[in-house]
Amino acid sequence: MREEIVFWTLAPLMVLASTALLFARKAVYVAMSVVVIMVGLAVMYVAQDAPFLGVVQIVVYTGAVMMLFLFVLMLVGVDERESLRETIKGQRFVSFVAAVGIAALLISVIGTVAIDQDHVAGLDRANQNGNPEAVGVVMFGSFVVVMEALGIVLTIAAVGAIVLTHLPRLVPALNQRRRSDARIKGGLDPVNKPMPGVYARHNALDVPALDPNGTPIEDSVSRVLRARGQDKDASEFRKQIGDGEDES
Amino acid sequence: MSPMNYVILATILFSVGAAAVLLRRNAIVAFMGVELMLNASNLVLVTFARTNGAIAGQVNAFVVLVVAAAEVVVGLAIIVAMFRARQTISLDEPSEMKG
Amino acid sequence: MLEMTWLLVAVPLASAAVILLAGRAARTWGHWLGVAASSTTVIVAFGAFFALLGRDAHDRAFQETLFAWIPGGQFSVDAGVLIDPLSISFVLLVSVVGTLIHIYSVAYMEHDERRSTFFAYLNLFIAAMFLLVIANSYLLLFVGWEGVGLASYLLIGFWNHHPPFASAANKAFIVNRIGDMGLILAMALMFAHLGSVNFSDAFAAAPGASTGVLTAIGLSLLLAACGKSAQFPLQSWLGDAMAGPTPVSALIHAATMVTAGVYLVVRSGPLFAGAPNALLAVAIVGAITLLMGAIIGMAKDDIKKALAASTMSQIGYMMLAAGLGPIGYAFAIFHLLTHGFFKAGMFLGAGSVMHGMGDQVDMRRFGGLSALMKITWVTFGLGWLAILGIPPFSGFWSKDKIIEAAFIGDGWKPWVLGMAALLGAGLTAYYMSRLFFMTFHGEKRWTDGQHPHESPLLMTVPMIILSVGSAALGLLLATNGAFTTWLAPVTGHVEHGEPVLAAPLLIVLTLILVALGIAAAYFQYVSRPVPVTAPPASAPILTARNDFFQDTINATLLQWPGEVATRTLVYAEAATFDGAVNKTAYGTARLGEGLRRLQTGKVRTYAATTLIGVIVLLAIAVKGGL
Repeated sequence: MREEIVFWTLAPLMVLASTALLFARKAVYVAMSVVVIMVGLAVMYVAQDAPFLGVVQIVVYTGAVMMLFLFVLMLVGVDERESLRETIKGQRFVSFVAAVGIAALLISVIGTVAIDQDHVAGLDRANQNGNPEAVGVVMFGSFVVVMEALGIVLTIAAVGAIVLTHLPRLVPALNQRRRSDARIKGGLDPVNKPMPGVYARHNALDVPALDPNGTPIEDSVSRVLRARGQDKDASEFRKQIGDGEDES
Repeated sequence: MSPMNYVILATILFSVGAAAVLLRRNAIVAFMGVELMLNASNLVLVTFARTNGAIAGQVNAFVVLVVAAAEVVVGLAIIVAMFRARQTISLDEPSEMKG
Repeated sequence: MLEMTWLLVAVPLASAAVILLAGRAARTWGHWLGVAASSTTVIVAFGAFFALLGRDAHDRAFQETLFAWIPGGQFSVDAGVLIDPLSISFVLLVSVVGTLIHIYSVAYMEHDERRSTFFAYLNLFIAAMFLLVIANSYLLLFVGWEGVGLASYLLIGFWNHHPPFASAANKAFIVNRIGDMGLILAMALMFAHLGSVNFSDAFAAAPGASTGVLTAIGLSLLLAACGKSAQFPLQSWLGDAMAGPTPVSALIHAATMVTAGVYLVVRSGPLFAGAPNALLAVAIVGAITLLMGAIIGMAKDDIKKALAASTMSQIGYMMLAAGLGPIGYAFAIFHLLTHGFFKAGMFLGAGSVMHGMGDQVDMRRFGGLSALMKITWVTFGLGWLAILGIPPFSGFWSKDKIIEAAFIGDGWKPWVLGMAALLGAGLTAYYMSRLFFMTFHGEKRWTDGQHPHESPLLMTVPMIILSVGSAALGLLLATNGAFTTWLAPVTGHVEHGEPVLAAPLLIVLTLILVALGIAAAYFQYVSRPVPVTAPPASAPILTARNDFFQDTINATLLQWPGEVATRTLVYAEAATFDGAVNKTAYGTARLGEGLRRLQTGKVRTYAATTLIGVIVLLAIAVKGGL
């Protein structure tokens, strides 16, 4: 009974979410819809006596794979709204026919499978010691070679990703040494720019620093402030230095 | 409730995923269609594992899951490389095989 | 020596190959090598002749198989030689006259830079001619037949930088080809009905074949002979063949190649024996041609063309004799031998006149040369007397025998054929005398700057030797019927019938007609001045001048329908087959273009194709009961 409620609640939601895959224009909406479907699938796995798989589905698929998708989406342009106009002639028709065709084919084939509803074997006996242990027994038992192979596949996939996204370096990397060489060759001041107001009494961003002669140093105030005219001159402080008097 | 319900749901998801691969121009969205197809087949595997009382079906689904993850890694790397080369991920753009 | 007769073919052939391969390097010695090769054949020929003489009369057929040529199961042909009196007569003629003409050519072609090539072609010719006459099967004869045709083409068109000469060569070859078709047909019929193309086997099987088959074979052989011997209706090429150098005209178109047709007919005697209608056709063709050639010769002003018409006419005599059956075979060959000598001699004389007159050929521009070119005049005169049939020169003995034989028979045949031969004798006298008088006698009608002079020794000596033959050969061969007896093993011994007019009467009639002809020519061309341009003429004379409009007739009857047929076929082919093929190609290209649109280069198209394919495969796998 519970299973039916779960199924009939989730199934329409999942189908609805899958339509987003076809009709949504923003890729992020599509990704979110797919997340919904994945979570729904995880719940269905749990309902079908496969809790281990359900959790793995959430952790790996929803948590890792879909997040990967989202990261890459952000990398390549998350704002793009895809135009739904079809550029290839006849593609819509072919796609419709193909999708309907494969659905019909699959249902007609699998529909001939005879399932005795009353005698669904169920996994109660297999899950005697809990589902994870049952899965583990089988996986490290008859499927151990497959499991090892899976490890290799994952390693290769990781290496492959690095290789594919590797940018060959055409010029040497800019490190501190090279940067400073470039600055000196360009005639810039080898040291940092002076902080505003360091030689003055006040640490204010808009007050220029004074050099030992008492002349304000232009570069110590941000160019932006100077352009906006929001800098102050240091005249009020110069008096104090020049007089040598210090009130406070 | 008949397990066939799950199978029909899986079939619907599968065909939607296939249609998405064919219809969407965004490479990442098409890839998500592929993932959807894989998940649909996983659902069928789990359903029949339960029907036949064999854990092997779940293990099979697990294997599919891992392989799909690896595939996503490499596929997304390809998409990133494609983006770096062409500044776009439209599937209509690389058409050097035309003719 | 009889076993060495294959050298007759091999030596000149090798010499030709050497000269041609040596190219420019042979410029200094090529002609002498050619002469040497030709002289070698004279030695071999006489050797074989004496060897044959040493045998008994009935033993005089020497056959030797040289090698298995076509080992084809049912149709196997071995290459071999047959030396008997008939072939030896030809061999002697070709070797002697050929060598004399080789020597003559050394001087005649002195100023031509391709002289060695000329000698190579001459050697090729005599090699092929020998092969033709000593072959022991029709197929091997055909090889020689084609070879002489090729050599004739090469030699007629020797100066092919002059387009009309090249066309003349083409014309000769093409008309000959029509004749060759006859020979191929005959061989096919022979193989089908007689089982072999070997002379001995075919002749042995001949009596067993039906008259219809033998008549068909005979008519096909007649067609071949007409082509090669320039008989009606394939006579149009001989006049234009005079485009070649004069030694070529002398050798090929007077003495040897054109006589190959007569050889073919005489050799095929056993086949014609069973086909009297074919034989009659041969005689009628000969009669037509002899009159036609004589009439044409009366109106020609080009000395070489007049002599060519004369050749056509004299071969008509030979064909007429051959068409009379066994009674005429020996006389045909007899006349062929004497004609070879006197006609070649006259052609060489004409060449000598041309040499002295700066290569001019228009007889209206000759005249009065007798005093300045004495040797030429004498040798040419002897040939003239011979061809007229004045006793005791050669032509009398051979031609009169033909006229006599023509009058033998029953019904209309002896009268028609005999009168034709008699009339031809008179016409021959007229036009040959016309030629002689216009060239050597009368007033000098030369163009400016002519210095006629006698020719060098290398040219005059061969002419002298040939004139000796013209004078004496006939008497030599006719004494005691020596030649007829000599040829009897081949032609068969036949009882002579009586001509419908008594023989002495015929001789007298002939001489009267000849005298009338000489007198008419004398009156016309010596007593009266000869106009230097051809005077306006009546219709018959115009017809004769234009060779009976043979070229126009050929063009209208054969060429034009052929062209129309070809053009129609070409159009039909282009419209149907070409159209079908082209449209198939076009359709395929369009199909390809259409299918090409599937390759949009876009991934989604390929994805769609893949998915459709998967569905189809799955459906087949599932529904097909996999």
